[in-house]
Amino acid sequence: MSEDIKLSPSIATHEYQAVIVGAGGAGLWAALELARSGVKAAVLTKLYPTRSHTGAAQGGICAALGNLEEDHWEWHMFDTVKGGDYLVDQDAAEILAREAIDTVVELEHMGLPFNRTADGRIDQRRFGGHTRNFGEGPVRRSCFAADRTGHMILQTLYQQCIKHGVRFFDEYHVVDVLIEGGQTRGVVAYRIADGELHVFRSSAVMFATGGFGRMFRTTSNAHSLTGDGVALAYRRGVPIQDMEFFQFHPTGIPGLGILLSEAARGEGGYLRNDSGERFMERYAPKLMELAPRDMVSRAIAMEIRAGRGIKGKDYVHLDLTHLGKAVIDAKLPDITEFSRVYQGVEPITQPVPTTPTAHYAMGGIPTNTDSRVVIDERGTVLPGLYAAGECACVSVHGANRLGTNSLIDILVFGRRAGRSMAHDVAGVQLPEMARDAADQVREEIETLRTRTRGENPASIRSALADTMMDGVGVYRTGDSVKESVVRVRELQARYQNVRVQDKGTVFNTDLLETRELGYLLDCAEAVAVSALARTESRGAHAREDFPDRNDEEWLKHTLAFKTDAGPELRYKPVTITTFQPKPRVY
Amino acid sequence: MQVQLRILRYDPERDQKPHWEQYTVETDPTAPLLDLLHTVKWHQDGSLTFRRSCAHGVCGSDAMLINGRNRLACKIRVDQLGKKISVAPLPGLKVIKDLVVDMDEFFAKYRSVMPFQVDDDVMPARERRQSQADRERYDDTTKCILCAACTSSCPSFWAQDTYVGPAAIVNAHRFIFDTRDAGSDDRLEILSDADGVWRCRTIFNCTDACPRGINITRAILEVSQAITARGI
Repeated sequence: MSEDIKLSPSIATHEYQAVIVGAGGAGLWAALELARSGVKAAVLTKLYPTRSHTGAAQGGICAALGNLEEDHWEWHMFDTVKGGDYLVDQDAAEILAREAIDTVVELEHMGLPFNRTADGRIDQRRFGGHTRNFGEGPVRRSCFAADRTGHMILQTLYQQCIKHGVRFFDEYHVVDVLIEGGQTRGVVAYRIADGELHVFRSSAVMFATGGFGRMFRTTSNAHSLTGDGVALAYRRGVPIQDMEFFQFHPTGIPGLGILLSEAARGEGGYLRNDSGERFMERYAPKLMELAPRDMVSRAIAMEIRAGRGIKGKDYVHLDLTHLGKAVIDAKLPDITEFSRVYQGVEPITQPVPTTPTAHYAMGGIPTNTDSRVVIDERGTVLPGLYAAGECACVSVHGANRLGTNSLIDILVFGRRAGRSMAHDVAGVQLPEMARDAADQVREEIETLRTRTRGENPASIRSALADTMMDGVGVYRTGDSVKESVVRVRELQARYQNVRVQDKGTVFNTDLLETRELGYLLDCAEAVAVSALARTESRGAHAREDFPDRNDEEWLKHTLAFKTDAGPELRYKPVTITTFQPKPRVY
Repeated sequence: MQVQLRILRYDPERDQKPHWEQYTVETDPTAPLLDLLHTVKWHQDGSLTFRRSCAHGVCGSDAMLINGRNRLACKIRVDQLGKKISVAPLPGLKVIKDLVVDMDEFFAKYRSVMPFQVDDDVMPARERRQSQADRERYDDTTKCILCAACTSSCPSFWAQDTYVGPAAIVNAHRFIFDTRDAGSDDRLEILSDADGVWRCRTIFNCTDACPRGINITRAILEVSQAITARGI
């Protein structure tokens, strides 16, 4: 390779104007923007691009197209702000709602196979928390391709990247981000095929690495969602924002956590308890099953706690039987297949057992609305670092994300990241890089690989999953969270002596899974410590010992900074432009 | 229940050639096979190597040969497989380690059929219209997750590994029959060569193997007919 230079000891080095870590929707759209601008860019992914978890998104992507009924971006913005329990930065929410429209239209222009209305326009359906005229009732805003909308977005963007000659490094696992003297200088990646370290020198690095749901026992998240980008940035001095807000999706398959899309309720599905009652009547009389996810998950948890789960067990029923075979086959084929495969249930004729499943991180790497990473409460930009998608916190989701808003978030802010990078790298020289830039991470990985005695990482992984699920779940208390903090720290200490069995260099997933566990532990500590400090309930953060929202003290974002003594918390104000906080009823 | 799990192992740093190893695993009968592979990896032998990500059949990482048939490990339950289960890497592809095969050629073939929309017209301000019937025409082939279960089950591919294979044809089909696309002639030209659609012998292995239920053989036949109809 002509671009190789030698570092000490010999390390393959690549030079790109921009490097994107992660090949889901945010990373791919950013790559597309860079390719169109003629920037020399590389996309690094620890999977193959089409394996990214964007592909698992089901129900739709919201944009106020108004194809079936009146709709306006202002209504979408309001719903996003209210859905996020007013912790949303409203300048970001405005951008999201406005730019959603041309983003979805551009997807169609790229060839995305949306479902169509009778007159050939993009079809739209209802989704939780999306309303007409500032909360009057449900509105058809979610654009969809059956219940594989995320799959079609991922495929379409990857196809466009192929068309535009984007350079991919598949199965390159990024293990460090190089930040020196207040400037981003590149990343270090571990090539999975042979265990070789590669340095990518670049003045623009974007994290698009997704979430960290694997810290919970029951989760809809892929095994690969281990908070890599969040933890790497955090370790290099970047604060992480609003980590205490983690969304539990109401309808997961009990035990497995696999998601049954909110589209099932958008198409008219009911939730029922053991006596057959549509219990949402008592929690959200206006929107019923289409209330935001945090509220529906809490309602299910309350029903289960009151003994009204099915046969007294820890799940309720999602009832689609009144929808009919035609609607189910045309609009919900994948999720009903999940029920058949994983539960042995036929949704056309039988109710489907469901229970809340850990789903989405509202928090992450703080960015401004141009997807540039900011490192303090004053919004100071760290030159050369960008983030978008679930790993980022801009914050459009505040304390609770609305369904469909993640897909539009990754695209709107992925595109903005691409444009920001294209702007920032124009005419800029590649940064200097120290000869020992990769030494620290090489040492960490070699120590982990070659340690001959120690604990099996699997026991730490499962203990972490139990700790977070039981202590920092749908409901939390000061005591439960405090205990989780203690336990996570014990697990971090045990992790120092963890041992991998596979000592090889070829495709060593034992080693990489164990490194990922380290990322999860760092993220989990920040989640628990941030949750302990926030003595109020807001959105997905439901403290039983502080059941009310407290705008006077807590209408602010949490920033967790990594220190040797654990996360140090600081706070920054919420940007409020249009909608003053009000009680959140549906 | 207790399951005897046989896995074809190969570590290029230790082994001359692949060999079977047997594991006894205690499991819930409704568990997906992927759970058993994790049980072995996490509690018996950490060096067992396989790809996986989403764990519910949509990312396409964990296709492998299970009891003699290509399937996704996350989408088949133990009770569908019985008490003796054998697992091997996808056939016809170079093995990197254990159940991990080299996918580079597979993706290169996918890229070779122009798997992207070709449309050089100036786009309208809003979405283009497409009728529900036109949208339905290519619905089936949009489901592909590029897991390679089809291509690596195809005897024509085993016999001649330059054959572009069912997965690439499926992804060409998805655009050829999309009324919004203008690149069909080029794609049909590519697929009409010696390593294109004519290598299909309608054996239906691909259709049987597809975890997404795509009628792949029909898609290949439709592409063949389009080539003939357009006189390419």
